[in-house]
Formats: sequence, structure tokens, C-alpha cells
Amino acid sequence: MYRAFLIKYGEIGTKGNNRYLFEDALIRQIKYALKGAEGKFELSKEQGRIYVTVASDNYDYDSTVAALKRVFGVLWICPMLQIEDNGFDDLAEQTIEYIKDIYGDKHFTFKVKARRARKNYPLDSMGIAAAIGEKLLEANPNVTVDVHDPEVELNIEIREHINIYSEFIPGPGGMPVGTNGKATLLLSGGIDSPVAGYMIAKRGVTIDAVYFHAPPYTSERAKQKVVDLAKLVARYSGPIRLHVVNFTDIQLYIYDACPHDELTIIMRRYMMRIAEHFAAEEGSLGLITGESIGQVASQTMHSLAVTNEVCKLPVLRPLIGMDKQEIIDRSIEIGTYETSILPFEDCCTIFVAKHPVTKPNLSVIKKSEHHLDEKIDEMMKQAIETTEIIEIS
Amino acid sequence: MEEIYLDNSATTRTCDEAARLAYEIMTKDYGNPSSMHMKGVEAERYLREAKATFANILKCSEKEIYFTSGGTESDNMSIIGAAKAGARRGRHIITSSIEHPAVARCMEMLEGEGFEITYLPVDPSGMVSADTLKAALREDTILVSIMYVNNEVGSVMPIGEIGAAIKAYNKDIVFHVDAVQAFGKYRINPYKENIDLLSVSSHKIHGPKGVGMLFVKDKTKIRSTVYGGGQQGGFRSGTENVPGIAAMALAAKMMYESFDEDINRLYELKEYFTGEIAGISGTHLNGPLGRAGAPHIISVSFDDIAKSEVLLHSLEERGIYVSSGSACASNHPGLSGTLTAMGIPKNLIGATIRFSMSVHTTREELEKTLLALKDILPVLRRYKPR
Repeated sequence: MYRAFLIKYGEIGTKGNNRYLFEDALIRQIKYALKGAEGKFELSKEQGRIYVTVASDNYDYDSTVAALKRVFGVLWICPMLQIEDNGFDDLAEQTIEYIKDIYGDKHFTFKVKARRARKNYPLDSMGIAAAIGEKLLEANPNVTVDVHDPEVELNIEIREHINIYSEFIPGPGGMPVGTNGKATLLLSGGIDSPVAGYMIAKRGVTIDAVYFHAPPYTSERAKQKVVDLAKLVARYSGPIRLHVVNFTDIQLYIYDACPHDELTIIMRRYMMRIAEHFAAEEGSLGLITGESIGQVASQTMHSLAVTNEVCKLPVLRPLIGMDKQEIIDRSIEIGTYETSILPFEDCCTIFVAKHPVTKPNLSVIKKSEHHLDEKIDEMMKQAIETTEIIEIS
Repeated sequence: MEEIYLDNSATTRTCDEAARLAYEIMTKDYGNPSSMHMKGVEAERYLREAKATFANILKCSEKEIYFTSGGTESDNMSIIGAAKAGARRGRHIITSSIEHPAVARCMEMLEGEGFEITYLPVDPSGMVSADTLKAALREDTILVSIMYVNNEVGSVMPIGEIGAAIKAYNKDIVFHVDAVQAFGKYRINPYKENIDLLSVSSHKIHGPKGVGMLFVKDKTKIRSTVYGGGQQGGFRSGTENVPGIAAMALAAKMMYESFDEDINRLYELKEYFTGEIAGISGTHLNGPLGRAGAPHIISVSFDDIAKSEVLLHSLEERGIYVSSGSACASNHPGLSGTLTAMGIPKNLIGATIRFSMSVHTTREELEKTLLALKDILPVLRRYKPR
């Protein structure tokens, strides 16, 4: 029965003169998300709130709410009844009808919270609340008032229209994507990196991605899996430009020229260098990885320090203090887990040594990298030039 | 890049004639064969023709031909249907340890329902012997299911001998043969070979996917497992896939048109390819060589490449398409049942490639494949993933 939603947003309301930028970004992201819902919608802005109004005869409530729940910056989604002002009696009648529609025969305690934004309304806020409460008690024997801890908070807002709502569906919080610059995600087919991308996007950052493909060691299906994961992240973050780098030659060259136990760490340093190249090209202000301290050999504190050393941009590691299970829980929550665990190879794991270094020494690693001096620049150039770009939306 | 398709045991390219016929029927003669009007009669005519084609190839009656959705359904209907019909006479079933999952999974299901299954071992070349079968027959045996040609290594079972042994022991035992890899490569005669049920798949013989054939010998004790509108004598309900069935029958007919010539050519190609493979160091051919095996399947294990997938993708980069182990199982982790049953060491099972040819395969394509292998193998052996 709902044909409108009131979107309440949190942090962005506090951003002073920049507020309209945040609101515009939020509206843009809501529009993008609603493309995934069945129906047509109109958006409007009114004093610190956004309304989503259904503009087609048919729409699907569930997919609409699901889409809104994916928009960062949304704190609450309140499905509401929006009516014209036809006098108090009509308001009371429609409110009673609304409660009947939503709660049926359910017994519950309630309180009425009224707000009169339009000051020419004959009753004031207190008066509206008291009068509506009374009418409701008369009409519905199943309800009782509890002003301190009500089960239902019935909101009546007198504005240009009148809004009636009582359901609060939590949104994801965070800030609207597009309000906090851009960062480049090192995306693999694993569980961690999609979650890392999600978490940074949640802070309003636009996401770009780089994937390192190593044919024939990684298959076309492994690449498809990464594209699928990027699509899942894009449901939250909006469009992602995915760079697919052919990394095989570099990997084999490192394998040939460097000690095998240093392979992963050196490989990751080159991945960072290439990612930073694309970050610069795309105007990204940072890199994002799914690393968490101590998860594998290449993610010990020592390894992270050595990997980090090649980067000029800040490396954002939103999972850094999380346990594996916490990351898994989050990936289940955002819907990337099932795709992440599909069994396809990942270029990071194919050449892993039996006992990789866990406490790499920067000067030793740098010395090993000198063995690559002859061809590595040319190979990096080649890898960058042959990179395939896939626009994910 | 030129495409060299050597994965014909996974599926084949639908031949132009069959594809055209299916299109014609889909867009013009699209009636439901059960309809009483002219459109229905027209459609039914295609079914009759298809039955006649298969009856002619198998030297059997048209009444013994049924159409299904493919090899898997034919196998399921046969095994589950025969087990259900025979459950009162006994609960013992014999099969081999190298069957396709469409048979093996049915057996596991029946095991859970209280049937006892004997899995016959195979020799190192992947063959079941009639003697081991004879020793396994029991008073309460109701069904034997043995594949004609193994899909992974191309070994050929002595179906005639096995059929004779079964019927000599007890003619009430139902004999099912999964002939998905054999049909079109062998002249199969169910009456001579004592076969009661025979499964065929369309897409392995240049027909479309999603359609298959099941031969059910007259008076075979079998119960239907598909219920509905009573089509195909009530044995397999569901509106017939007329375009698919007609296209499959046409493809089947074409397989036997220049049969001897085609099969001879395939064996020559196989001999050439296996000879050259044997000359590459660190290779092992699996399954029977030459004419003792199927003409189109060549299974090779490679020393020191760690993982067959990498070789597969390296060939793919050169436009050459093959399978690792068996195509049906290669998307799943775990090792091939056939290669394990043949006693092939674990490290080689994971490093096995199946090359499977069709009538379209040329010597030139095989030459290019061999050159590619000689090119790739040293690189893979040098850069060994974990």
C-alpha cells in the first residue's frame, strides 16, 4: 500500500555549507540504486530529508526497499503515507485507516509524535499528537498508549503535504558515494578485497579496481568471477572501472630471477606499483587492499611494511584489524561470499613457495629486485599498455 | 585465430543440416504432436521418421524407441525404472567402477534405498572383463549397467560377451548399456548383444543439446519414472521435443552414412597422434591403444606439469580446446573415477588431458596441436605452480 518513502540521512546533515553537495550525491546514488528495483520513482528534497515517491502504477515494494538499503548515507528508510491536508477529521480518519492496514489486529503500545512545520495549521504539535492519540484509542481497542517506551512510534508531519509513518527500516549508514574522492581497489577473486571495497565506498569514496590476471595459470572463469564480484560491489558503490592486467610475464620473470621464498612479496610490490599507475591515471587518491595483519605470510606486519614501501599514495586497509571470521560474516552480509568461494585459481596463490618469508627485510628484497633490472621496466610498460578495461555498472 | 576443437566427447558442433531442420520445425511445423489437427499430424510425422531412423540403425522395432532430454535422463530412467520394476525379484545390481556420473549417482541413490550394488573393477587399460561380471552374478541380481565406451579414456567394454553371460545366467536380468560415447562410432545391435536398455545422447553425435534416445527392448521389465500427459505410450510423458528429436535423428543417420570410411580415418588420426605423443618425453597414454580402444578419444597424462588446467588454458590461448580428465567432472574438485579405478597415480591424474576428435578433425589440426604441446610443455615444466 505504501507509495512513498521518507529517507533519513545521518552524518551528511552536519556538513554545513557542503550539505547540498552531499544531498545531491545521495539523490544521485538513490537514483542509481533504484534502477535495480521494479517501478518508476520520483525524488524530491525538502528540508533535510529526501522523499522517494512511486511514479508508476505498479512497483515492487521488496526490491525497492532492498535497493534503498544499499545506498550509503541512508540512515533510515520510512515507508510512509503521504496525504493532502483536508482538515483534521480527514487526517484522523486516514491515520486510523493506515494503522489498520499496517498492523491489522495486532496489540501494541504507541505514542504519537507530531511535527508542525507549516505554522498555519490550526493545531500545534502537542495538540495534534493528543487529538490523534485520542481518536486512535477510540477506533482501535487493541492499542494502548505508552509515551516512554512505545512499540510503535506514529509520526505525523504537517508540511506542504502530510506525512504519516511508523516503520523504520535501517539503512547502511555511511556517506553517499561521490562525496569523498576516488580510490583504487586491488580486487582478487577472494573473500577479502570485495569487502574492503565495500567498506571504503561506504565512506563516500568512488571505487576503481585493478585485477591481476595470469593466463594460462588463471582461467577465463577466474576472470569472470572477478567481474561478477565487481558487479556485486557496484550495487553499493555505483559504477566501477575494472582494469584487468595481464600479469603472467612479470610473474614468471620474478620466478626466474628472484629467490622463491620472496616471490609473493616481490610480486605484491609490483602489483602495488601497477595499481598506483592506474590510480594516477584515474585521479584516485589512494589504494585499497583487503589485507589484515597476519592472515598470510604476505600480510605480516613486516610484509605489509615492505609492500607499502613502494607506494606514494595512502594504502587503505579497512580490514586490517579484523579476524577472518569477521570478514566472512561481513561478506555474507553484503552478498559477495557465495561468489568469492567459487573454486577458481587466484594469481596470488599459484606460485606460492612452500615456506615464504614472513619477516622480509627491505634491503634484501630491494637487492633481489635488482635482478629484474634488465627487463622489468619494459614488462611493466607492456602490462600497462595491454590492460583491458571493463566498465562495471 | 583458427579454432581447433578437440573436445568432441564433451559436446560436438551441431551439423548444419540438423540445425537447419530444427529451425524449420521450430518456425514452420511447430505443432504439438498430440494435437488432433493438421499441425499436430505434421509434427507427429517427424517423430515417426525419427523412430524409423533409429530402428533402422539399431535393427529393432520402432516401438522400442523412446525420446528423452538426453543421456542423463535415459540413464536415470533405465536404472531407476528397472530397479523399481525388479525390486520384488531381488535387490542386487551390478555396474562398473568407471561409469559416467549419470549412472554412478543413480547407483548411489539406490544404495541409499536399500539396493546392493556391486562395482566391477577394471584392468589397467580401463576395461571390464566378462569373467569378473560372471563371478558377480547372483540369484537376486536384477540389473546390470555397463557403459559401452568410457568417456574419459575411450576403453571399450566387451558388451556382446557380457550380454551373453548375463542372459545365459538368468534372462530376466535387465541389461542397460550407456552408449553415449559409442553411438555413431560402433554398429550397435541390441538384439545380437543382448542389450535391453540403451542410452544415446544427441549432442555427442552432432545433434542439438537437450535431447536423447532410449531403446527399451520389448517386454523389458521397467517402470516409468516420468508422469504426465501420457505421451510416448505413457512411458515418458511430456510434449516431445520435435525439432530436437528430428535433428538428432538426422544427425544419427549421417553418422552411419559413410561409417566405415569415417571410422578408418579416425583410427588413422588416432594412430598418428598417439605415435607422436609417445615420442614426447614424460607422456603416458591412458586406455587401450589403436583399434582396441574407441576411435575418437585419446587420454594423455603428463609428467611434471602439476596441473592439467594450466596446460588446458595454454592450449586454449592457441585456439585449441580440450578437456582435463573428463569434461563432465572437470568443473568439480576431486579426482577422476575412471583414472583412479585404472590405478593411475594421483599426481598423473591431476595432469591428464583428454583429446577427443570428430569426423571434422584433420591431420593438420593434430599437427598444430602437437607443435603447440612441444612448445608449451617445457615452459610448464619450468614454471611449476604449487
